[in-house]
Amino acid sequence: MIADFYNYWVAIILMMIGFYIVISDANLIKKMIGITIFQTSVFILFISMSKVEGGTAPILIDEVTLYSNPLPHVLILTAIVVGVATTALGLAIIARIYREYGTVDENIIHAKDEEEYEDSDEDLS
Amino acid sequence: MDIQTIVDISLLTLLAVTALILLRLNNLLAAVLLSGIYSLLTAGLFVSLDAVDVAFTEAAVGAGLTTVLLLGAVAITGREQSVTRHSRILPIAVTTVTAAALIYGTLDMPKFGDPMAPIHTHVAPRYIEMSGEEIGIPNIVTSVLASYRGYDTLGEVTVVFTAAIGVMLLLGGVIKRKSKPKKHE
Amino acid sequence: MNNRRSLILREVSNVVIPSVLLYALYVQFHGEYGPGGGFQAGVIFAAGVILYALVYGRKKTQKIFPTSVIRYFVSIGLLLYAGVGVASMFMGGNFLDYNVLSHDPQHGQHLGILLIELGVGITVAAVMIMIFYMLDEYAEKK
Repeated sequence: MIADFYNYWVAIILMMIGFYIVISDANLIKKMIGITIFQTSVFILFISMSKVEGGTAPILIDEVTLYSNPLPHVLILTAIVVGVATTALGLAIIARIYREYGTVDENIIHAKDEEEYEDSDEDLS
Repeated sequence: MDIQTIVDISLLTLLAVTALILLRLNNLLAAVLLSGIYSLLTAGLFVSLDAVDVAFTEAAVGAGLTTVLLLGAVAITGREQSVTRHSRILPIAVTTVTAAALIYGTLDMPKFGDPMAPIHTHVAPRYIEMSGEEIGIPNIVTSVLASYRGYDTLGEVTVVFTAAIGVMLLLGGVIKRKSKPKKHE
Repeated sequence: MNNRRSLILREVSNVVIPSVLLYALYVQFHGEYGPGGGFQAGVIFAAGVILYALVYGRKKTQKIFPTSVIRYFVSIGLLLYAGVGVASMFMGGNFLDYNVLSHDPQHGQHLGILLIELGVGITVAAVMIMIFYMLDEYAEKK
């Protein structure tokens, strides 16, 4: 029973760890690491589903007839490369935020925003 | 239990442990390096699950490039880890409830490695049987990626291209900093 | 500062970098027979260049792979990919239908896959190198 679902459960645990980092950690770079963990857990879930008992890697050779499912591999292969591109984009945004606010801490950024908002409010009235 | 199951289970356990340590780490530099190790473990897991192409990509991308990019970002922002924290009760509650719901969902899923799972009975067998004849190359993943689903891959490459444009626009321009934003009266 | 990196680091990378770049080409053109293909090859090639930049500094790397040239390669790969699609349309097939590219459908498939994998490889490598340059330049601008 446990071995039947172990892969799925670990994928879910990893997903939740990533999710927890994203919502509980105030540091933006740590959040990006959380997102990559979340992403990887989805990859593990897909690749686990593609596995066939007794199958081999989907590269055709004469002696073998049973292969693992190649479709999830294709999906995840491209997803990994797209994932690093989006991570780079996220890091670029974080770098800009750092130059603007001098911090990558979400709470301090919020506080600075509030301050500015209140300043502009006083100006208006 | 055969050797493959043992490798599978131990790699997954190591992954979970690495992620848990990552969760508790406060030093950003250590967290970045640990995420590289995490990716390398994932690549190993993919090899044991027969996904050699994916393992290859994950090893090169996750353990290599992502780590370098994260290090670059840490070099820009400094290693400071914030002291402020959100309250922990709500995140723990949310993740526990979500995890419980998802695990309840897996109970309906086909068993790990089941050859009769729906995913293996539709579409995929055709690629496995016919791609050798139709495309004439042994690597089925490449056949599907480049030929059968060439359209999708074109889209993926466009996404990568767009991300590069985004990074160039965000970081490449002239920077004017510390000029207080003008307030509209 | 960059030129005064450790001797061991430089000597080891002198051995490693050429093999990494060569390996990237192997993965690129052998992807039909074993694991590999454009995505992996592009990333490995970029990793080799980035390793060079980490050891010898970005300025020196930009003399070999200038930003202005890399910028063009970002789009050349994508254009090559889409161009194969358009070419197959002009030769009487559907978009990205490689069967018509050659007299024999299988040869056409071979040619088409080789070309689009090359396009993928060029774009991915150029994008990764470009992103690294951008982050590194940004880190220097204070």
